[in-house]
Amino acid sequence: MSFTPDIQIFCCHYTSQQAIAEGAAGLKEDGLPAGATINRLPCSGKLEVSTLLKAFEDGADGVCVVGCPEDKCHNVSGSKRAAHRVVAVRRALAELGVEGERIEMFHLERGFHPEFIDAAVLMHERVSGFGPSPFKDEKKPVKKKAAGKAAAKPAKKGAKKK
Amino acid sequence: MIIAERKPVDEIVEMVADAKRVLVLGCRGCVSVCSAGGEREVEILASLLRLGARKQGRELKTIEATMVRQCDREYIEAIDQWAGKYDAIVSMACGVGVNFIANLRPDDIVYPGVNTGCMGGSAEQGIWTEQCAGCGNCVLHLTGGLCPVARCAKSLMNGPCGGSQNGECEINKDVPCIWQSIHDRLIRTGRRADMDRVAPIRDWSSAGHGGPRKVVRDDLTV
Repeated sequence: MSFTPDIQIFCCHYTSQQAIAEGAAGLKEDGLPAGATINRLPCSGKLEVSTLLKAFEDGADGVCVVGCPEDKCHNVSGSKRAAHRVVAVRRALAELGVEGERIEMFHLERGFHPEFIDAAVLMHERVSGFGPSPFKDEKKPVKKKAAGKAAAKPAKKGAKKK
Repeated sequence: MIIAERKPVDEIVEMVADAKRVLVLGCRGCVSVCSAGGEREVEILASLLRLGARKQGRELKTIEATMVRQCDREYIEAIDQWAGKYDAIVSMACGVGVNFIANLRPDDIVYPGVNTGCMGGSAEQGIWTEQCAGCGNCVLHLTGGLCPVARCAKSLMNGPCGGSQNGECEINKDVPCIWQSIHDRLIRTGRRADMDRVAPIRDWSSAGHGGPRKVVRDDLTV
């Protein structure tokens, strides 16, 4: 049976700037895997552990958090905070006997980089290998959105690819 | 404050294996301050319990609530508002809260969501250290305000043991020898003479060695 993992990407305003500008069609063209959803935040430091867990409750097979480089966060230490919260979720998943690697933190430079797509592809491939989330109730349809926040919307073209 | 840490999730999932509805009950006291059992941690644990149950192929409903304290009767009585809506309570308060619920609600099933550790303070963000052992017979006036009962690995009362080297305790280099710190502090504050006072053999009955302790204040009882 084919399996397209539901990957929820939580990224800050800065690391996702160009990705959002690409719009859905552009992202598809650039290789964003099917099943990946972008949830944009003002800063990755805004992410709570409960938001990440909610993504799994809502049916995510994997979660990808993208924030600024550790020493160059636009909000000083937001991406460090996010990284700590990702570690907390990993630990909790492991305690539940689930692969902690279903969630990963990526520190990327501001704006569009192929690495943004690469991060999504890496998670897509990794989670494809794991198979569907063991938290999914096959009898019940999962909710479509993870945190209910901004999905990748078509945006103005104009920002430059780096 | 009382320092606690959340229990491993699989342990709590196992506790509530028979329950279909769980009241996850936080406390706004000490465990909130040490980020073990406050509102935020209740939300996280409830989510983890639902995920853990789902992994076992069952659905678990949770009620999330946080009380002002769980170590006073009046707050425990407030649990009545959820009567009939839960099969078990997971208390994220310290062990006192769990005991109080068990004492006052004889028909309720209550489980601990945290491991209660010690009485301490926040040394830096995310790090807490034990400062007081609650021994019931305080000697801090003689030791420069630093507690040898809680902070000396052997709870020595008359200076350091032979294992103290360069101000470090022999059990771990990260643990300062508190008697070295007491000595340095007494010298610095001009109270060196306090070092010469010999502490008598200690009566540990006030520390719980005489059974569970009780404080009665006649001026407050009604």
